[in-house]
Amino acid sequence: MTEHSLYGPLDDVAGEAGYDDHPPRMGFFTDTSVCIGCKACEVACKEWNGVPADDFDLLGMSFDNTGHLGANAWRHVAFVEQRAQDLGMPSFDRPGDGSGPESRTDFRWLMSSDVCKHCTHAGCLDVCPTGALFRTEFGTVVVQQDICNGCGYCVSGCPYGVIERREGDGRAQKCTLCYDRLRAGEEPACAKACPTDSIQFGEVDELRDRAAARVAALHERGEVGARLYGADPDDGVGGTGAFFLLMDEPEVYGLPPDPVVPTRDLPAMWKRAGLAAVAFAAAAAVAFAGGR
Amino acid sequence: MGSNMAEAHPVGFQWVMEAKERGAPVFHIDPRFTRTSAHADLHVPLRAGTDIAFLGGVVNHILSNELDFREYVVAYTNASFLLREDYRDTEDLDGLFSGYDPETGAYDPASWQYESVEEKHAGRDADSAAKEQSSSYQHGSGGPRVEGGSDRIAADPTLRHPRCVYQVLKRHFSRYTPEMVARVCGVSEEVFRAVCDAWTANSGREHTAALVYSVGWTQHTTGSQCIRAGAIVQLLLGNIGRPGGGVFALRGHASIQGSTDIPTLFNLLPGYLPMPTPEHTDLSSYVDSIRADHQKGFWRAADTYAVSLLKEFWGDRATADNDYCFDYLPRITGDHGTYRTVMDMVDGKVFGYFLLGQNPAVGSAHGRLQRLGMANLDWLVVRDLTMIESATFWRDSPEVETGEIAPERCRTEVFFFPAASHVEKEGTFTQTQRMLQWREKAVEPRDDQRSELWFFYHLGRRLRERLAGSTDERDRPLLDLWWDYAVVDDEPQAADVLRRVNGVDLTADRAVGGYTELKADGTTAAGCWIYSGVYADEVNQAARRKPGREQNLYATEWGWAWPMNRRVLYNRASADPEGRPWSERKALVWWDAEHGRWVGHDVPDFERDKPPDYVPEEGSVGVEALRGDDPFIMQADGKGWLFAPSGLQDGPLPTHYEPHESPVRNPLYGQQGNPTRKVYGRPDNPSNPAPPEPHGEVFPFVLTTSRLTEHHTAGGMSRTLPHLAELQPELFVEVSPRLARERGLEHLGWAHLVTSRAVVEARVVVTDRIPPLRVEDRVVHQVWLPYHWGTTGLVRGDSANDLFGVVVDPNVFIQETKVATCDVRPGRRPRGPALLDFLAGYRRRAGITADTGTHVLTAGPGAEGPAHTEEES
Repeated sequence: MTEHSLYGPLDDVAGEAGYDDHPPRMGFFTDTSVCIGCKACEVACKEWNGVPADDFDLLGMSFDNTGHLGANAWRHVAFVEQRAQDLGMPSFDRPGDGSGPESRTDFRWLMSSDVCKHCTHAGCLDVCPTGALFRTEFGTVVVQQDICNGCGYCVSGCPYGVIERREGDGRAQKCTLCYDRLRAGEEPACAKACPTDSIQFGEVDELRDRAAARVAALHERGEVGARLYGADPDDGVGGTGAFFLLMDEPEVYGLPPDPVVPTRDLPAMWKRAGLAAVAFAAAAAVAFAGGR
Repeated sequence: MGSNMAEAHPVGFQWVMEAKERGAPVFHIDPRFTRTSAHADLHVPLRAGTDIAFLGGVVNHILSNELDFREYVVAYTNASFLLREDYRDTEDLDGLFSGYDPETGAYDPASWQYESVEEKHAGRDADSAAKEQSSSYQHGSGGPRVEGGSDRIAADPTLRHPRCVYQVLKRHFSRYTPEMVARVCGVSEEVFRAVCDAWTANSGREHTAALVYSVGWTQHTTGSQCIRAGAIVQLLLGNIGRPGGGVFALRGHASIQGSTDIPTLFNLLPGYLPMPTPEHTDLSSYVDSIRADHQKGFWRAADTYAVSLLKEFWGDRATADNDYCFDYLPRITGDHGTYRTVMDMVDGKVFGYFLLGQNPAVGSAHGRLQRLGMANLDWLVVRDLTMIESATFWRDSPEVETGEIAPERCRTEVFFFPAASHVEKEGTFTQTQRMLQWREKAVEPRDDQRSELWFFYHLGRRLRERLAGSTDERDRPLLDLWWDYAVVDDEPQAADVLRRVNGVDLTADRAVGGYTELKADGTTAAGCWIYSGVYADEVNQAARRKPGREQNLYATEWGWAWPMNRRVLYNRASADPEGRPWSERKALVWWDAEHGRWVGHDVPDFERDKPPDYVPEEGSVGVEALRGDDPFIMQADGKGWLFAPSGLQDGPLPTHYEPHESPVRNPLYGQQGNPTRKVYGRPDNPSNPAPPEPHGEVFPFVLTTSRLTEHHTAGGMSRTLPHLAELQPELFVEVSPRLARERGLEHLGWAHLVTSRAVVEARVVVTDRIPPLRVEDRVVHQVWLPYHWGTTGLVRGDSANDLFGVVVDPNVFIQETKVATCDVRPGRRPRGPALLDFLAGYRRRAGITADTGTHVLTAGPGAEGPAHTEEES
């Protein structure tokens, strides 16, 4: 497939979608090493985009009472409590189980604001049968609420579990990267509200350079766990428009380690299906011919 | 220390993050591992209420190893000054200072004075009423008076004299060893040394270290001394008045700094002028009580500040002939603080109450007492954004459930006034850096919502109309008020009020340029002298918004900071005695000999043209008496005080006392708690027993409370908003895994916490973020819960503040809500009248009476001082 790329690196995402003259690709670089877990992003997002409050449930997942991204949470701050011996992999114990006044050693509390990745190859968009999901001139992926019919294909199409249908409404909901604000020359609400610049908004190319430099600086400081997530154009979704600097394995934050856009194998599948069809046809022909 | 900056002040915390990016090591010393600790290089958990022991250990470390910034200390602090021979330290008196009176539970501070200060001057603050009036807070920004501060003070610049402050300090803190810190605080010696090493290594000529605190320091019976301890460390290390140094007080609300500058406190007038007392028969006796005859500094000019304030209050009516209406000012006769007032409400001595943006039914200590007090008023005015618990207590408080308040019989008539929010009115915020920032009105207030300014202006106007023609003497102060602020469409203009706060030259109707222009002859009026200059040149300086990137690091054209737009207080100390920066890296202001003036990156906090080698003439006082190397220009002797010869009720040096309610006996002294704390011993304000009293084991755990980022204090502004309420939907209590096992608590299950005042239920969150500590030979468990919930709003729950009693610091009357003792049990709490029986059972088992906790004196062999119960005090 060359005309409509479904996989692999892509230089001009908006151009690929048919925009001749378009602004540079915009996205988020979320540097979780400076996230203070204030959740201002969650609130600013909901306020600006009119996203309703969810249930008033205490989840007991550290300070996280949002739980996961979904129809009513377009930003989600994860809180991960780690003991020294847990570093690297999540614990199955209760947080801090088994420690006492003497045994408590190094302790770490990771915070990370998650959001729609605005993939280069967006599974949600590629499977949307109505055209409700579209690629904007900024290279972002947005649902048009007046077109979405609530079929839900996109929900299973997203390798990150980001998009979700809203209960009682049925239409698919997710981060728009504040498309309306972008068109007005403003940065998205979450980035605007972030007090420590953990959420940085800008041109994706520039953000990737910045992120690479940041990782190098953290490594130099001895933060060897620092790594980028989603910044690699060779990954399973062609790199993401919203990517992250994590301090540990993606699984620790509840992120898939190796996400792959489900449409990656579509060409191969069609090819195989075509081959199979040809083979069936040939076999049938042989059978009929043999019957004479 | 004592601050959860990332959670409680996230916007300010961006600068800590920036400093960290630039290589500054960040240490967080706090009982809990919080979102602040998550970004610190090292988190040091310590037992709640032991900060002074920790800081005392740091002082001891500095002095024992001679790590102080010696040139700074000798030149700029009172380290070399000699004390009187009759001064006795806690080292001599088992935890007491000289001058303690067991009967009043108060000190006569006469023996704490400098040697050369004459006897007749000393101790004028020491009248028995001083403790009642919270006198040291009255000293405010100016520091207490020291008669003789301008005279030559006997000193030993070599710091060897046994009675010089340096040696007294050294002796006082000598027992605060690393081993002792470990025993008291539960901090290992190794970790403690790591903090000491980092602090001292990052101080000196080339480096400075900043100290940040919040209400984790202040809300203790030793709150003021905690800050003193921090200030001593910073002075010894030369971290005051220098870039990157300082002691930063992070304050709770958007303009809580403003609410002490132009105070909502009973004992202060604007600009930290004290409220007069009945002894002040005329203006001159009042002014003389603020300043000493022979002292240095800008408080000498207190007469110009006071007269200008009276002129602002009463305008043309205030003349030299009538003492500028000084007699119109009310006099305070004792403790009229918020907690005393609530007890007076319970006792039927108070009839009406205004609550403005405050929700004491949830936000103040001893919620039950607050609600019972409000239920015993004739009328109550509540102005708030939403219907808060303090407006609805009569129908839905826990006391309705227990039958103590019957809605149909509650006599209090509540008037609720909807308030305009900060985006619906204009005005200034004064933030924690003393900076005033003007904010515009973004939207019109809806319906009946009105600004505070509108409310009080029209309340005053209507009261005056109602009283017009009255011949009653007592109505004169109200009728004679200068009450003619500019009004547009019914709304008083905040900018005009700010101009009058700034001060006006009445002869030319011109805004004054600063407080040095204020006069004591009635030709100037100023609502708050420290704010003079905010409207200089008839320009609203607080509204300046030149971006920081277009200015130097100090951004002096962003907003306006008091005094005189100085961003770093006492910044003369950033230069050496000769006026040269201590180092190029840390240059802030310096003496420009060529032009004969102080220059630099910040506005110099010093007389512009006073050279560094200036020596005042013999006998000069006030500003003239300040030497060219006296950086602390508001202090009566021009020096930074390692030792406070006057001004504090509980001693000239910080001393570790156990909290009022503590599980352990004070390991340092026979004196258990602060011997001057105010205990309000009365049956409706019981205390849990603390050593040496028996039965402390009934309440074996340490309780501490604080805020979450997701909610705003008492919750009126957050529990009512779905987008905030969902982020922290329920009251929870954090316990360690070990305590959970010991008490059978399940993660996300229910627990109830019990004190002698209340029982509160909360969901359990088991976490390693609140570690048990080894203190002495035992394991001390601490539990924490946020205090945001109440009976109204979208998310509801018990109020953590109900657990606390009322016991306060003697200096500023702040309540001890950062530490108490409690019991923790699994499951939900009893309900209805059974709850009262349950609590009575606890009190019986712990042997609690009104006397419990009120024997504040415990020093000396077998000493038990008198009980300080309500009847006696």
